[in-house]
Parts: sequence; C-alpha cells; structure tokens
Amino acid sequence: MSESNTILKLPDQRTATMPKRHYINNEDGLLSWLLTGDHKRIAMLYLMSITVFFFIGGAFAGLIRLELLTPQPDLVSSDTYNKLFTMHGIIMVFLFLVPSVPATIGNFLIPIMVGAKDLAFPKINLLSWYLYVIAGITILTALVLGGVDTGWTFTTPLSTHYLNTHVLTTAVGVFIAGFSSIFTGLNFIVTIHRMRAPGMTWFRMPLFCWAHYAASILMVLGTPVLAITLVLVALERVFGIGVFDPTKGGDPILFQHLFWFYSHPAVYIMILPGMGVISEVISTFSRKRVFGYTAVAFSSVAIALFGFFVWAHHMFIMGVSNYSALVFSLLTMLVAVPSAIKIFNWTFTLQKGSITFETPMLYAFGFMGLFTIGGLTGVFLGALGMDIQLTETYFIVAHFHFVMVGGMLMAFLAGVHFWWPKMTGRMYPESLSKLAAVTTFIGFNLTFLPQFIVGYLGMPRRYHSYPAEYQVLNVLSTAGATVLGVGYMLPVLYLAWSLKYGAIAGNNPWQATGLEWQIQSPPLTPNFIETPIVDYEAYDYEWLARKTEQEVTTVG
Amino acid sequence: MHISPVLWQFLVKWLNASALFPREASTIAPYMDALYFFLLAMTVVGMALVGALILGFSIRYRKARNPVATQVEGSTLLEATWTIIPLALFLVCFVWGALLYFRIYNPPTNAMNIYIVGKQWMWKAEHPGGQHEINALHVPIGRPVQLTMISQDVFHSYSIPDFRVKREVIPGRYTTVWFQATDVGTYHLFCTQYCGTAHSAMIGEITAMTPDDYDKWTRDSTSGMSLAQNGERLFASMGCNACHSGNAAARGPSLAGVYGSKLQLNDGSQVQVTDAYLRDAILNPSQHITAGYAPIMPTYQGQISEDGLIDLVEYIKNMQTNYRVQQTLTTAQSNQAAPVTPEMVKP
Amino acid sequence: MHEDHHEVLPQHLHHFATEEQQRETGTFGMWLFLLTEIMFFGGLFFAYLLFRNWYYDAFVAASNQLSIPLGAFNTVMLISSGFCMAVGVWAAEVRKQSLLVIMLILTTFFGLVFIGVKYVEYKEKWELHHIPGAHFDVSQFENPAAYGLKEKPLAPDMAEKTQVFFFLYFAMTGMHALHMIIGVGLLVWLILRARRGAFSSGYVAPIENFGLYWHFVDIVWLFLFPLLYLINRHPLH
Repeated sequence: MSESNTILKLPDQRTATMPKRHYINNEDGLLSWLLTGDHKRIAMLYLMSITVFFFIGGAFAGLIRLELLTPQPDLVSSDTYNKLFTMHGIIMVFLFLVPSVPATIGNFLIPIMVGAKDLAFPKINLLSWYLYVIAGITILTALVLGGVDTGWTFTTPLSTHYLNTHVLTTAVGVFIAGFSSIFTGLNFIVTIHRMRAPGMTWFRMPLFCWAHYAASILMVLGTPVLAITLVLVALERVFGIGVFDPTKGGDPILFQHLFWFYSHPAVYIMILPGMGVISEVISTFSRKRVFGYTAVAFSSVAIALFGFFVWAHHMFIMGVSNYSALVFSLLTMLVAVPSAIKIFNWTFTLQKGSITFETPMLYAFGFMGLFTIGGLTGVFLGALGMDIQLTETYFIVAHFHFVMVGGMLMAFLAGVHFWWPKMTGRMYPESLSKLAAVTTFIGFNLTFLPQFIVGYLGMPRRYHSYPAEYQVLNVLSTAGATVLGVGYMLPVLYLAWSLKYGAIAGNNPWQATGLEWQIQSPPLTPNFIETPIVDYEAYDYEWLARKTEQEVTTVG
Repeated sequence: MHISPVLWQFLVKWLNASALFPREASTIAPYMDALYFFLLAMTVVGMALVGALILGFSIRYRKARNPVATQVEGSTLLEATWTIIPLALFLVCFVWGALLYFRIYNPPTNAMNIYIVGKQWMWKAEHPGGQHEINALHVPIGRPVQLTMISQDVFHSYSIPDFRVKREVIPGRYTTVWFQATDVGTYHLFCTQYCGTAHSAMIGEITAMTPDDYDKWTRDSTSGMSLAQNGERLFASMGCNACHSGNAAARGPSLAGVYGSKLQLNDGSQVQVTDAYLRDAILNPSQHITAGYAPIMPTYQGQISEDGLIDLVEYIKNMQTNYRVQQTLTTAQSNQAAPVTPEMVKP
Repeated sequence: MHEDHHEVLPQHLHHFATEEQQRETGTFGMWLFLLTEIMFFGGLFFAYLLFRNWYYDAFVAASNQLSIPLGAFNTVMLISSGFCMAVGVWAAEVRKQSLLVIMLILTTFFGLVFIGVKYVEYKEKWELHHIPGAHFDVSQFENPAAYGLKEKPLAPDMAEKTQVFFFLYFAMTGMHALHMIIGVGLLVWLILRARRGAFSSGYVAPIENFGLYWHFVDIVWLFLFPLLYLINRHPLH
C-alpha cells in the first residue's frame, strides 16, 4: 500500500476496531446531544442541519433550471418562480454557505488545532446552533405559508411597499440566522486569542485557523449591520413610514448601502473558511509546508479588511456619484490581489512536493481552477465600464456560482472528505468519491460556463421567460445541473454508508501534520488526554516523519 | 484596438452568427467589446498559467516520481512578482473600465433627450415631440440619444444589450444614459432589476431607423401635444403661472431661461439647474428657494405623476420667454394649444 | 505560595486551564460582543446623520419637540445607575455581598425609572400624533402659532420630513430601551443569585461582564441624548 500512488495509510483492517471511548459514544440519549457543550457534537448537529437545507435549496435550483429549459414561462407561474429563486438564494446563502465550513469543520477542528479542550464559550456555541435551527424553521415557515419573492437582496421599495408575501417572517428568520453567525465568529476569535496551547504561537497555527479568524472578524463586524437593516425594513413595512421611501423623504439607495455593507463582506465570510480548507488539503497531499505561510496568513486578513470597503461595487449603475464609483472600483481591484496571491502560493506548494491525488486533493484542484475563473470574472465586474454591460445579467449569476459553488462548495466537500476519518473514525470509499468529484466538476462547468455567454448576450437574471435565441445555452446549463445534482447526491449516500461499513481510519490516515491528527479518531470528548506542548512549526513534515518512526501505532 | 478592422469585423460577425455574442449596434459597443476581449484574454492566460503550473507540477512531482518532498519556506521574490503583476493588470482594468464608464454615463451636449418612465411592468417612452411608446423605443441612427429615466414605483433597470448600455431606473430621482445607434434594426430591451411578478415580461423592442425614417415616424405617431405643450397646460391648470408669471412683483421667480443656468439659492449656495433640480424643486420646494424669494411655494408631492413632472420639466426647459405664461394667466385651462415650438410667437 | 491564584472555584469550567484564563476569556468575549453592538447601532446613527443633513430644518423643529428636562433627568438616572453598577462590581471583587446586592438593586431602580420616563415621553408623542405612520400629524410644524408655540413654521414638504425624524427617534431610543429592558431582566437574575452568595467568593465574572454591558448601554444613551435632544436647539424668543 505504501508504494502506490496514495499516502493513505490505514491500520490493518483485520484487527482494527474503533476506539473504545470517543465523543460520539461518550454519552447516550437524544438530550445528551441536544444539550451538549461539546464543540464536536455541535459540529455534527450543524452538519446534519445544513445538509438538509442544502438539499432544499438545491431542489429549488433544480426547479429553476427545469423551468429555464424552455423560453416560455410554462412550468410554474411567475410568482412561484420568483419565490423559487428567492428561497434558493436565501437558503443557500444564509442557511448553507455562511455556516458551511465554519460551523461544521471549523467548530470541530479549531479547538483541536490550537490545542484546546473546547471553544471559549461552549454554551454560546450551542445557542448558535439553536438560533440556526430556529432561523431555518422560520424561513421554512415563510415558505410553507406561501413563500417570499423579494429576491435574496430584499431590494426596497419592492420589499417594503409593493409585495404582500411573507417578507416579515423571512426577515426575522434571516435576522436570527445572523446572530447565529455572529456568535460563531465571536467564539472563534476569542478561542484563537485566548485558548491556544503552550507553544502554539500565532504563526504556528494552521492556516485553517487564520482563515477562520479573518472570516470571524467579518462575521462579528458586518452581520450586525444586516441585522439593523432588516429591522428598518420590517419597521417600514409594518408602520408604513418611509426611511427608504422617496415619496416620504426617504432614500432607497440608503437601503442599498446598508444592505451591501454586510452582504459584500458576507461573500468573504463564505469563501475564507474554504480557503483555509484548501491550505490544509494542498499541504497534506503534497507533503509540503504551504508555500509562503506568512503571505497566505496575511492575505486572509487583508481580504477581510479590504472586503469592508468595496460594497458599492454592487451599485455602480444605480446612480451613485461617478467619483464614489471610481473609489469603489479601485478598492475592488485591490481586494482581488490577495486572492491571486493565495492561488499562486497554493500552486507553488505543489512544486518539489510529493503529490498524490486522493479525493480531497481532486476537490482542491477543482477549487483552484474554478475559483480562479470566478475570481477573475470578478475583475470584469469591478471594471466600471464593463460592469454596465454585465451587471444584472447571467454573467453575474455565473460569476458568483463559480466562486461560491465551484469555489466554496468544492472546498467544503474537500474538507468533509479530508476530515471525515477524523470526525467519524471511518474512511469513505475512495473510487466512488473520486467519481463524485469528477462528476461534480464536469456538471458544474456544463451548468455555469454557458451562463457567462448568455449573460454577455444580455439575458437578465431572475427572468422567468427569455428570448428564444438564448435557449440552447439554457438547455446546456440545465443538462449540467442534472449532472451536478447526481454529483452531490453521491457523497450523501456513500458517506452515510461509511458510518457503518467504512474502513477503520486510525489516528492519521493521511499522515498529516496538525494537532488533530495526533489524537484518536474519533476524538475523545476533551480532545486531548493532556495539554499538548507545541514546539514545532505548522506543516512540519520532518517532525512528523521523526515522530512516526519512533511510534508504534495501536488502534482500539 | 490594434486588430485590423477587417479581422475585427469578421470576428464579431462570426461570433454573432452563432448566437454567442451580441451585435454591435452602437458607437460605444466596440469599446465595450474591446475591454471584454482584453479581460477574457487575461482570464484565459491566467487560467492557462495556473492550469499549466498545476498540471506540470502534478506530473513532475507526483509521488511515484518524487517520493520525498523538499520543504520550501517561500520566496519573497515570487511573492512580490505575483503581487505586483496581478495588481498592475487589475489597475489597467480599473483605468480602462473607468474611462469607458465615464464615456457611457456622460452624454454629449448635443444629445437629443427622450424620457423613460418605468413602472410595474412596462416601459413608457416619451419623446419631446409628444410621441408616446409603450415597451418600445424608436431612435434615429447616427445621433446621440440621451435617456432621462425615472421609476414610478420600484427599482427597474433599462438595458439594451446590443447597444451595451444599461442604467438603473429608480423612484425619486432621474438617472440618465446615452447612446448613439449605428445600425438600422430591432434590438432587445430588458428590465434587468427584479421588480416583482412580471419582471421578465417587462421587455420591449428598440427600433433604430435612418434619420429620414425616424422623422417620418415622428410625424406619423404624434399623439397631439408635445411634452412641452402638455407641460404648459399643466403649468396653467396647477396654478404655477400665478406665482411664476414673469411679472416684476411676482411671488415666484421667472422661469424663462432658468434651465441650464447657475442659480443662487436663498441659503447662499449655488446650484446648476438640471432636470433633476427642476423635478426636485416642484416636489420639495422648501429646499430650493431662489435667493430673494420667500419660502411659500407649496409642494406638489402626491399631486402629480412622474409623467406630469416630465411634461413640466420639458416645458420649463424650453421656456425662453414668459409670453405664453402671461397669455395663459387668465385661463384656468389652456384650451388653445401652443405652437409646437413655444417661442414661435403668433402675432 | 500559590493559594491566592490557584483556588479552584466551583464555577471553573473544565476547558479552561486556569480560572484566570476563564475570566479573561469571558471579558474578551463581552468586549467583542459590545463591538458588534456598536456596529448594530451604527447603522441607525448613520441613517440619522444622513437625514439630519438633508432635512435640517425639519429635524431641528422636531427635535425641539423633545423635552430637555426629561431627557436630562434620564441622563442623570442612567449615569447614577452606571455609578451604582461600578460600585457593585467593586463590591463583588472585595466580596462585600450586601453592598453588591444593594448596588444591583439601585442600578435596577434607576434603570426602571429611566424606562418609566421613556414611557411618559412616548405617551406624549402618541397624544400629539407624532408617532410615524398613518396618524402622523404635521399641523404643529406647519402652523406652530395655532398651538401657542413660538417656532418658525415649516413649509409643508419640509414639515412632512419631521416624520423621518420621529421614525429615527423611536427606532433609536426604542432599540436602546429594548437593550435596557434586557439589562433589567438580567439584573433581576443577578440580584437573585447575588443574594444567594454566588458572587461573593471570588467568582465575579458575570457581574463584571454585565457591568460592561450596562456601561455600554449607558454610553449609547450619552450619544443619543445630545444628537436627538440637544444640538442646534435654538432659544425660543
């Protein structure tokens, strides 16, 4: 097994068993899960809930693409269609992408990676999950009661005065989800500042932690602005006064500024944790320290900082002054640079490495390619004049799906596969997972590349029907979506299968560095038997080699 | 563009024939497409570079070929390279994009003006001569056309992809965009800002015609009064002429020739009198008092539609003398329509 | 000689190495939470400053409607409650249980008075039809003389903008009052626990952290009061 093209090293399956005690069998009963303070259990609770919401949001995407097979509005009514894309956006953004990596993988791993027994505030962590669930139920309630059709962007005055759908219920749901996010971010920041083990300096932390730290700053500082904006929308809707209504002296552009002040950093909240995953995966499967550790760490923080100053690039054609448009365009170009730096650093991590191509690495490669395209098309949009043609068309839809789905979702899947053995003690079936990864990649490109083209042609977004000459491209896109759907179903199936029938993983099947791989799989509830003392750098494969030489691994 | 014009035309026509690329039907379209191709090229080169590196490294350094990795901390030189080069490229995009943006949103002074009012879920176009169109717009080729747009309800966006222009249409203030059509034909008009149930039905047709055909169309589709004439009627029927009569002791300032001038306000500031100013002054007069006058003008907020405001604005824009104002002072409604060009005085 | 620093409190949580780490972490967390609150209120402050700039005359006239005496009295109430809270924190640190309880009760008392005065102010607005919405009445601003006021009258379109002022007034003071009510609720809980001696044996973190929260709510009011009540108040002749 060790001469082959994989670094996977599993214990002898004839004698291997799961550890006697771990966080899953430590306590029994539903209440022990629902009232847990254990960050690992909370992470699992999150994983199950976001998967449910992912598939609900995905079902809506399927219906949208189905409708768009034909130019005519013939599958559902216009109002229903509007509700479908609104719910798809709200669920995917607030109930899937924002919590995806941080609340599942981040919650599970950050305490372990810094050498702590738990996050700083376990009860707040649990509260965070409950807020998430309540938010999800609230949004589903809005759905069941008849849906909402504001678009996920709640543009005023449409959302305040011109719709009689369940705007208020949805706004309340998103508000609560926002606080779930704020508490998660707060927990991470305090944990990273205050709970690192002896010897774990800032620059010895895995880059995964740096990425989450940066994302947490955004969560903590940006999300409250969304909260107050939703409060104002709700008040205006209920009491009919006009802080966003021009006939009453208000200004709808004020809403745009307040909304995008959060929603632009939100996209970095969504992508930064994914970038953290990629750092870990690329490093492990090249057996090499990430090239330019400091640059990658600082670029995460730079993205967070710059990300606060570019919000009006969503408003270039809305009548903002030409001069503010200039400033925001310039800053948008600046925020693109740290992402480019990361891509190159990851690429050069491969050089002189010893590369293998297990499933997490495949997803990571997919991320790098697709995120590069997505990020560069962002530069298209940041160039003022170009934005005039491209904004509000399918080019935008393609751009953000490239970064969010081709980027973030691939990173999430990379992370789930990479840390699955750690979280569950089991390995997933490798050939099936590789198939799923490739299927996803092909399906994704088929779905979203045609959308760039049809966007430049002029097809607007959020359109129920469209001119006939756009049909071929839409059919390609729907075909791709079908393949993509299959690609996403497969992991659910084989990962569930692996819980019972997967190979026993052992402590460190990937022979990776990082504190999480030095403890058992699944970990004990307090993570460590004794507090680790860290006297080596991150990604120290030489240290790892020395350590494994001296060790005798037993499992059971 | 340093590509030979022949090659460029061929490229564009070929792309368009396969319905993968929009037509270039305005003067700005080639500039937009040039930037687009530059960005596309940058993306393809960037992808190729990253792709080649990943592929190359994956093959050369795969485990079978390189069983032991060499730990490398980093390279400040490389970091600097891939910081500075992308930054430089992005800044080029910034400058180019900014120049294009200013070109599209700053109309030439000789542009003819057409008003657009967007409402759920249709577009109304109002030519100064009084021609009204629904979900359509007729324009001449070879002349710069400025669209002054406003929404009656929610956010919309006026988009003509083949002209490469688009602008948000907002309630409460005018937004403008301009273009000069180059090819006769019909082109898509879309509303691109989600505006409710029938958002995807808020589409229309732009018809670009030769100047002669356009003149003919203008004459054939006049529905009676021009915008300015309608404005004159409103000016009298809503009582504006009572204070803005042009008399020396009038309670309100004379509006003849005020459009385009620099006006001194009573709080000491100076403003440029634009369409937006005129509209705002009608709706929020207390913030737009001309110096030397008392703040007694009532507000017309809620009493006049955007169409009516456009008529009034158009009337005041073309008002060179107070002759017609004086003439209509004694009539509650101006039943005698003024001549098409109000300054043409009938003896 | 380690007795002072290594006494293990019953409230010591297992995932912290030392009690000191637990306490510092808790305080850090509270400061971070207050930062999010600043961003939360920030949106409202931004909207207020924007509209005040646009509709200056309306905002001045509407601001004159607010009662400075009541606002000033409330400010004194809040500062007093803040002082009592600070003394309470000290009392917890030096383990004077009865002083702590008294201070917490006083803090609550001042907080309740504040909320009571706010109720009085809101009720007055209701009676004058200054609550934004369908029943808002601008006549007092268009024709102050008829109400016995010596203000300058506002033009009708500017008078309409007073509604924006009142909307922001209610939104900002309402949000602030909501935070105070939550604070009073927490105070009641703290008083009950303090009476049972929960904070008199060295475990002061909840008192300290609540103190931070309470002082923050105090500071928000110290910004609200001048911005809403005081600036550009011109003397009535």
